[in-house]
Amino acid sequence: MEYTCILCPRGCHLTAEKVMEEGKKTIKVSGNFCPRGIRYATEEMTMPMRTVTTSLYVEGGDMKMVSMKTAAPVPKERIPQVLEAAAKAQAKAPLKVGDAILKNVAETGTDLIATRNVAAARG
Amino acid sequence: MIRTLNTVIVGGGPAGLSAAVAAFDAGERSLLIVERDVHLGGILQQCIHNGFGLQWFKEELTGPEYAQRFIDQAEERQIESVTGTMVLEIRQDPQNAPYDKTVFCLSPSEGVLELRCRSVILSMGCRERVRGNLKTPGTRPVGIYSAGLAQRLVNLEGVMPGKKVVILGSGDIGLIMARRMTWEGAEVKMVCEIMPYSAGLARNIQQCLIDLNIPLHLSTTIVNIHGRDRLEGVTIARVDEKRNPIPGTEQYVECDTLLLSVGLLPENELSRALGVEMDPVTGGPRVDENRQTSIPGVYACGNVLHVHDIVDFVSKESTIAGKSAAAYNLQSQSGAEQVTLKAAGAVRYTVPQMASLEEPFSIFCRVAYPVSSGKFLVKAGDQVILEKKFIKAVPSEMEEIPVRKAELEKILSTGAGELTLETCLD
Repeated sequence: MEYTCILCPRGCHLTAEKVMEEGKKTIKVSGNFCPRGIRYATEEMTMPMRTVTTSLYVEGGDMKMVSMKTAAPVPKERIPQVLEAAAKAQAKAPLKVGDAILKNVAETGTDLIATRNVAAARG
Repeated sequence: MIRTLNTVIVGGGPAGLSAAVAAFDAGERSLLIVERDVHLGGILQQCIHNGFGLQWFKEELTGPEYAQRFIDQAEERQIESVTGTMVLEIRQDPQNAPYDKTVFCLSPSEGVLELRCRSVILSMGCRERVRGNLKTPGTRPVGIYSAGLAQRLVNLEGVMPGKKVVILGSGDIGLIMARRMTWEGAEVKMVCEIMPYSAGLARNIQQCLIDLNIPLHLSTTIVNIHGRDRLEGVTIARVDEKRNPIPGTEQYVECDTLLLSVGLLPENELSRALGVEMDPVTGGPRVDENRQTSIPGVYACGNVLHVHDIVDFVSKESTIAGKSAAAYNLQSQSGAEQVTLKAAGAVRYTVPQMASLEEPFSIFCRVAYPVSSGKFLVKAGDQVILEKKFIKAVPSEMEEIPVRKAELEKILSTGAGELTLETCLD
């Protein structure tokens, strides 16, 4: 299988194949510039993972929306559930980068966290 | 109100913030950032996706997180900033020397501000090309947005621009918006790209189009726009190698929204009015390796200088400009004889465009079209000063060619007044 690595702007063109090594099934990756490419291609073959980023209305803030992300990548097939849960979440200012807005979003084991500071609205 | 300062930084986005922090760290304490938005952070505020910071911070951040790091650094250093404040004009006033630059601003709380300073850092960023730049025929209905405007509406205002979307241009903002609109429930029908290759990063083609089954049509453009009040559809057509539409290939695509991701233009009205020399290729000022423009004490960095693909490079460049401005204020930079740098072969432009050759520096460049397996050559006349190999070079990715001490001496020994950066294919 061929993949484009999404872990950095370099975008390595990866080739991954399932091989038998010493009687064990493993995945062999080539085309990677750094070790992260091996992990990425292996995950793409088994369970592709993505970080989800979105934004949400924030109550009582000095701006309308707070941007958020999943604190870690989540399974690609779970993205629709993550987005659905994120849209229904509630956020209240003040918020700091890293504050959890939704714990264990869509049962992924990962929190949805704020990616910017939002100060409380003045007066 | 009239104030006297050492350095005024025009724009509080990633370039201005990085430059301010670097100037402070070089010892400068009399600094002011002037930002027209109500918050610092610039366009990164709306770039809520991840993928920033791998080079600068060695970790993956979203745009707002990257901006927040620099906002925090500026706050820790107690660097002063004014927001909601628009710079109207920058002028040279030799009679006020050494505070011989004046920055005129308009602030809702303080009215007209007149900032007299030794040095100015231009970090105004860029803006998007719009429909008027494309001269696409058709009606003028509601529903046509630049991709960055749509990004602002969705991510900062919480407003969806439409439901059925066609995107013209496969630059990174267009690709990111294809995913963003899909994730917010819109149907993104296709991305059309007039060139035979995408202008975006390979990773974005993967995670924003392929992941979501959004087709990318290369060598394809929009030849007509339909709809009276609201956009109803567009006609797309294939183009030949001269980018002319091929008759008979037209196809009608129903949509209520068209996003344009068709390039960025450095925002240099202030620079032009000030009188700095411009580079017609980059659309930004011509600078030396310290990012000083043709006017001593005026520096430029970030997307106002040339459009960058990665914000980490903006921080790197702006750090040079910030340090240099601090040195200028102390009069510790000599105005040594300079060489000019010229782009040749597949190289479209270089930054800097001139150099004093006092310290080792890097030449940044972009190619005009994709090239594979070859090398970049820096030449003084016929003499090759240095070479750097590449496997592939594409217009969407900036290349860095370091010039080391030994090579500087080599250049100086030739006595050449002009250096050429060119490509040589294997």
